[in-house]
Amino acid sequence: MNSAATSKLTFGFWVYLMTDCVLFASLFAAYAVLQHSTAGGPSGKELFSLPFVFTETLILLTSSYTTGLGMLAVHQLDKRRVMMWFSLTFLLGIAFLTMELSEFSKLAADGTGWQRSAFLSAFFTLVGTHGLHIATGLLWMSVLGVQLIRRGLTQGLVSRLTLLSLFWHFLDLIWIFIFTIVYLMGVI
Amino acid sequence: MGQGSFKSYTTGFAISVVLTLGAFLVVSSHALSQPAMFTRTWVVSLIVILALAQFAAQLMLFLHLGEEPKPRWNSIIFSFMIMVVVIIVFGSLWIMANLNYHTMSPADTSRYLMHEEGIHK
Repeated sequence: MNSAATSKLTFGFWVYLMTDCVLFASLFAAYAVLQHSTAGGPSGKELFSLPFVFTETLILLTSSYTTGLGMLAVHQLDKRRVMMWFSLTFLLGIAFLTMELSEFSKLAADGTGWQRSAFLSAFFTLVGTHGLHIATGLLWMSVLGVQLIRRGLTQGLVSRLTLLSLFWHFLDLIWIFIFTIVYLMGVI
Repeated sequence: MGQGSFKSYTTGFAISVVLTLGAFLVVSSHALSQPAMFTRTWVVSLIVILALAQFAAQLMLFLHLGEEPKPRWNSIIFSFMIMVVVIIVFGSLWIMANLNYHTMSPADTSRYLMHEEGIHK
């Protein structure tokens, strides 16, 4: 693929990311409207553990950084370091998703699942949609990992890794607002 | 999209960690201090500013927004997205607050008049 085609591809993917921002904006709007509708159930203040979420945030932030370092290795065509940085990103992504799922299952086990109140429905939809994106990104990353091992750093793989890195940085951007609006504002 | 350098990624990471830690410390110290040192509005404004600063830092240093050659289509479509997001979020909050106000129960109406508007019988 030549560079003009790659830049068109990147632009198309960028447009997709912007529409995904609009999707998250509507979920944020729903959350903002419903966050006080706890139907007599617990509010965020009683449910959220700030140190736990802070750890999650740092893990995701670090994975965004290691993706960037991975992209530097991609541009240097250093296959071994590409493998190293993206494996690290993958492990951090798994750690993040595991923490999120353990939070979700704990909430559900305590009788505060998504069906408890409008607040919790909005919470699970917003944070769960982000988690689904993370899971998709991890699946995508593992497919590209197999391609890297089998075929090496081809031109096509370089452009696919570029798109994946954009996607991953974008997910960390969305998380800044989930951390601030849902968790930090929830416990104030 | 432009390509980053080791310096730009490391700077972006360092700024993000500092801003995240800042927001975390502000909120946890606010939760611990009794009586509260600042009002809720001040704390919320502060952490929103910290979040927006981190958003800007990551857009520039991780996603390299604004570094593409002219015409800057990525930045143009980004501005359009921000406009749509602002309309959706603030528009929803505005409409729903307005609906809440106009569909109050009679008991809520008299409480609202007394507590929020200072009108007494």
